[in-house]
Amino acid sequence: MKSYRRYMTSKMVWYILTFVVALFLNFLLPRLIPGNPVSTIVSKITSGMADTNSIKRVYETFEKEFGLNKPIWEQFFIYVSNLFHGDMGTSFGQYPRKVTDILASSIMWTIGLQLPAIIVSWILGNVLGVLAAYIKKGFDKVLFPVFLFISCIPSFGFAIVLVWLFAVVLKIAPASGGYAFDMIPSPTISFFLSVVQHYQLPFWSIVLVGIGGQSLGMREMSIYELNADYVKYCRLLGLEDSKIVRYVFRNAVLPQITGLALSLGTMVGGALITEIVFSYPGLGSVLFNAIAAQDFPLISGCTLLITTGVLIANFVIDIIYGLIDPRIKVAQQE
Amino acid sequence: MKNNFSIVFKSSKFRLGFIIFVLLLLSMIIFPLVNSEDPLKMNYAMFQKPGPNLPLGADNFGRNEFVELIAGGKTSLIIGILAGGIATGVGLILGLFGGYIGGLVDDILSSITNIFLVIPSFIILVLISVSITSRSYLTTALVIGFTSWPWTARAVRAQTISLRNRDHVNLAKVSGYSIPKIVATEILPYIASYVGMAFILQVASGILSEATISMLGLGPQNTVTLGLMLNWATMYEAQMSGAWWAFLPPVLMIALITFSLNLMNTGLDQIFNPQIRS
Repeated sequence: MKSYRRYMTSKMVWYILTFVVALFLNFLLPRLIPGNPVSTIVSKITSGMADTNSIKRVYETFEKEFGLNKPIWEQFFIYVSNLFHGDMGTSFGQYPRKVTDILASSIMWTIGLQLPAIIVSWILGNVLGVLAAYIKKGFDKVLFPVFLFISCIPSFGFAIVLVWLFAVVLKIAPASGGYAFDMIPSPTISFFLSVVQHYQLPFWSIVLVGIGGQSLGMREMSIYELNADYVKYCRLLGLEDSKIVRYVFRNAVLPQITGLALSLGTMVGGALITEIVFSYPGLGSVLFNAIAAQDFPLISGCTLLITTGVLIANFVIDIIYGLIDPRIKVAQQE
Repeated sequence: MKNNFSIVFKSSKFRLGFIIFVLLLLSMIIFPLVNSEDPLKMNYAMFQKPGPNLPLGADNFGRNEFVELIAGGKTSLIIGILAGGIATGVGLILGLFGGYIGGLVDDILSSITNIFLVIPSFIILVLISVSITSRSYLTTALVIGFTSWPWTARAVRAQTISLRNRDHVNLAKVSGYSIPKIVATEILPYIASYVGMAFILQVASGILSEATISMLGLGPQNTVTLGLMLNWATMYEAQMSGAWWAFLPPVLMIALITFSLNLMNTGLDQIFNPQIRS
């Protein structure tokens, strides 16, 4: 257990370092905009205001909030210390709402949609992948190109087609939103049913595309394992096929866990865009509206929150990987 | 060289992918020569239905969807190839030198690679694109290229390390060759097939990245790409008005281009890695 703790500590140090880099990029990149961002923003907000005095006051407020009259490294420390106080500034687009409030009201929608979708697509994809590799012949010949083609469709593209097909042509599912537009979020059964109804299309458009990608990786790993010597040996011993497939699955699924960690960023990105197609009340839609309104504090809040989410998910995957891969335990004990 | 090509074409997957890709490429090159209609010109009614002169109808701006599709596919492909080239180039250089030189250089390079591997490139793409107010398709390609190199770098580094202590490399070292020369003549040829495959995948993911960033409203300006077409279709709710011709063609085009690239990649993989032949 001591060795595992060391593995965990080293991973943790890496993730903290990565988080600091992400934090810095999040701070620096939007500030590379040529020209003074405050005057750009103020001129946008105050267009139509005639009173020079109030324009000046708006300017000063923003300059103070961002500390733009100070050197850049000091600004970074102000940014970080504000962050640890749970302050991400005030939204320009939805003034005077706080960025943290907007993010807090949308994050649960995104987690509720994406976490189950990614887990379900990973599990289904892996099972189908090992089956495709094992059954081969017709199954593999048909499934492989189909999965490959599906995995090539971006999930938001798939989403548009699903909306058109199921909401407009067949009229069996709602087209947009997280719940019926005439409802107010409340812990009632009718609200819950409405949420479930609105959940279907976004969920399946993320899942189906994910299954395609995951099953391809699993199929390839399984073919590799099926050609390995231990499988031939098991066959020679006369072991049942179902038992062999289980061995193959266990060996092939390990790299798939790392594969999930690597593709997580792209999957989350695609799924966020899928939210836009459905006007789903999650982070993707918030980010989209923030970009349209040039709402920099909100954009920066969204990107930081999404990065943090992906980092945490990656960390969890690493921890699980360390628990189930016996090779890591052995390597640590030496 | 000729022998190599005949081996590659023995794979039915590579053949199919190659044929689809070449057909798409030819249509993108030949069609503009035959039809000189400006893809950005608004000649028709909003979401005009497909008809004899308008094979795929018109989009929300009243532009000829088919002409747009060909032009958009071409721009998307150019973005993909440029971005893929940059990503593969940067990843290759960092991976080769980190892996070959080792020591502190490798530690620093692989730390940077590992950090950028976990930070979603999509987020960096958003942060940079927000900061650039005027974006041509070249800027978009550059930004995508410079944010998607990490996994190539990591894979190339792993391959280089496995080659670093081979006899022929040691021989070159003893003969007093310079590091760039050893890397170029003794290591690069052994991973060339792998780099080729990585490039193909990077082109495909570059096209998808363009679509993603365009959907957010951060795509290139004054041009038409497949991602922009999808963005316009969603903004003007083509799916709600039942105008399938406004969104189905770009979705299928994205899928078809990346499908053909992925097929070629799988075909190549089966040839260069005999262990995964089914």
